[in-house]
Amino acid sequence: MKYVDEFRNLDAAKSIADKIRAITKHKWNIMEICGGQTHTIMKYNVEELLPPEINLIHGPGCPVCVTPLELIDKAINIASRADVIFTSFGDMLRVPGSKMDLLAVKAIGGNVKMVYSPLDAVKIAEQNPDKKVVFFAVGFETTAPANAMSVFEASKRGIKNYSILCSHVLVPPAIEALLSSKDNLIQGFLAAGHVCTVMGYEDYIPLSRRYKIPIVVTGFEPVDILQGIFMTVKQLEEKRFEVENQYSRVVTKQGNIAAKNLLNEIFDVVDRKWRGIGTIPKSGFGLKEKYAGYDAEKIFSLENIIVEESPLCIAGLVLQGLKKPMECSQFGKTCTPENPLGAPMVSSEGACAAYFHYGKR
Amino acid sequence: MSKETISTFNLNCPMPISNYDKVLLAHGGGGTLSHQLITKMFYSQFENEFLNQQHDSAVLNFDNQKIAFTTDSYVVHPIFFPGGNIGDLAVNGTVNDLAVSGAKPMFISCSFIIEEGLDMNELWQIVQSMKIAADKAGVKIVTGDTKVVDRGKGDKIFINTSGIGLIYDGANINPRNCKPGDVIVINGKIAEHGVTIMSAREGLEFETTIKSDTAALNTLVENILSVSKNVHIMRDPTRGGIASTLNEIASLANVGIQIEQNKIPISEEVRGACEILGLDPLYIANEGKIIVIASAEDGEKILAKMKEHPLGKESVIIGQVRNDEPGIVVMKTLIGSSRIVDMISGEQLPRIC
Repeated sequence: MKYVDEFRNLDAAKSIADKIRAITKHKWNIMEICGGQTHTIMKYNVEELLPPEINLIHGPGCPVCVTPLELIDKAINIASRADVIFTSFGDMLRVPGSKMDLLAVKAIGGNVKMVYSPLDAVKIAEQNPDKKVVFFAVGFETTAPANAMSVFEASKRGIKNYSILCSHVLVPPAIEALLSSKDNLIQGFLAAGHVCTVMGYEDYIPLSRRYKIPIVVTGFEPVDILQGIFMTVKQLEEKRFEVENQYSRVVTKQGNIAAKNLLNEIFDVVDRKWRGIGTIPKSGFGLKEKYAGYDAEKIFSLENIIVEESPLCIAGLVLQGLKKPMECSQFGKTCTPENPLGAPMVSSEGACAAYFHYGKR
Repeated sequence: MSKETISTFNLNCPMPISNYDKVLLAHGGGGTLSHQLITKMFYSQFENEFLNQQHDSAVLNFDNQKIAFTTDSYVVHPIFFPGGNIGDLAVNGTVNDLAVSGAKPMFISCSFIIEEGLDMNELWQIVQSMKIAADKAGVKIVTGDTKVVDRGKGDKIFINTSGIGLIYDGANINPRNCKPGDVIVINGKIAEHGVTIMSAREGLEFETTIKSDTAALNTLVENILSVSKNVHIMRDPTRGGIASTLNEIASLANVGIQIEQNKIPISEEVRGACEILGLDPLYIANEGKIIVIASAEDGEKILAKMKEHPLGKESVIIGQVRNDEPGIVVMKTLIGSSRIVDMISGEQLPRIC
């Protein structure tokens, strides 16, 4: 398959791994921010090809994982109502709230539908005018334009029974939160290629300068990731700190202007709570006041739903790289993908779940 | 047994199931949740030496004649899909469960649970494909049952088929015979049935030329057994895909299994669809595939014989049984590293990004 096979190639991977080994003189902690990259690293066991000096820290970039427990309980509350059709991407359905997950709501009679695009949810709203159709709008900058488009379309077509339960989060504020922590260990970042496809990478330049840290925009195939690591290590060994673009076959500096304009039309940047980290200022998208009629949190009264995370979960430490998943006393015991205590065990892209599935036990 | 003893018995037997107080779809998905349900609920209560074989069919003894007995229910949606329909699927599936147990499929039953309002013409097409499939596999449909349920109480049609077959002379299919060095063979491209069903479902608007691989494997099995007495296990990797089947074998046989990613046959179309949906083809259902594990010395002989058969032209050795890490399936990846191939916990769900 073109554009895939070249980046899953044995010889290419070996040759970059050799180059990494040749230039690595010191120990380095590098974080891949995106859950998709964590998934690839585990699925192809990329770490096996790296020299022992390089420690990969798996970042908080899995949208499923960082969605607060409280919001999942809100989704479950909405989905349990008789007049609602609740729509979501597949992997959010299995994320446990404090008592059940959305699949369990479906099992007891809730109308929960898996969709492949938020525009399908708008279509469902159009076909079911007597129901309130809610889409669980979760994700980073990557999924935000499609979700914004669904609100834009519903508004343009006068569809009033559609709304989104919004928990959009943004990458640069999360990087800043990690770097400004007094315990920070991270010395270089692989930035998320698909987030930058939408947003470009201008926002990362001031971050790189302020914290004197290399940031390499990186793709998602194993050879991409090895190359991203090579570029990061090269900068570190040469004592440079710049933003570089490994994923230039897809990403431009400015990003997708049309998508960014749409985001500006629909969303404001707001404070957001991240599961496992806490509230990060200006780290997410919320619907603009003029689209309040499409905001499920405003349509359904959900103020009374307040939920705390399990005190046993050390997600914050794992996401900062201060602990490895298997250093947690609950890992694989009380905390498993079927019964996760916290964020990184939730989706297969979360650091703990990836360790669990791909055998780092 | 009186009613009183039954209720006393029940009081002493708390329900064993763990985290869920309702049955979820994932309990039927073929992953760890299915296994928990089957082990904790069904095996624990129905336990006997035949069930404990944990094979696709139970092997029973009657006057020195060994008979394989199996059953399966078909609830596929949509009921018509490229490459087949629920009818031929129901016949082929039961034929295959018998065949992989080392039996010649003989007789099949079929029970229909039909939803009120099903188009009579659709039912006719289903029945005709069942006849064609049964003729092709050389089995007779000898008994059956029909129930019609209220509209909304079923999904057009559900079919249960049971089957019996005669175990071939000398066939000794038993996972406990697997030993380090054994080769693992598959008869062609994986994940075609599952991807076909997904792309035929509403809500997923992409067109493919992918067809279900549904087929009866009994003549292929006959060929395999005609050249080797050292076939240790055969399985049809249906629900849960080859990853789940290999994990089941590894744990039943208490051996390690290693497969090589670059050997696993898969079409470009199926790979493309899996990339778009974020699904792993190792976990996607097949309906015309067989995994054969046999002694290394018979490997080439079996492979050559399989390639002569129309359903085995693309047969290939994808890995071997290993000494270390019993119960674990390891895959050598395309980039030369190794990783564990785990059992999936529930149904595979498309990812957000």
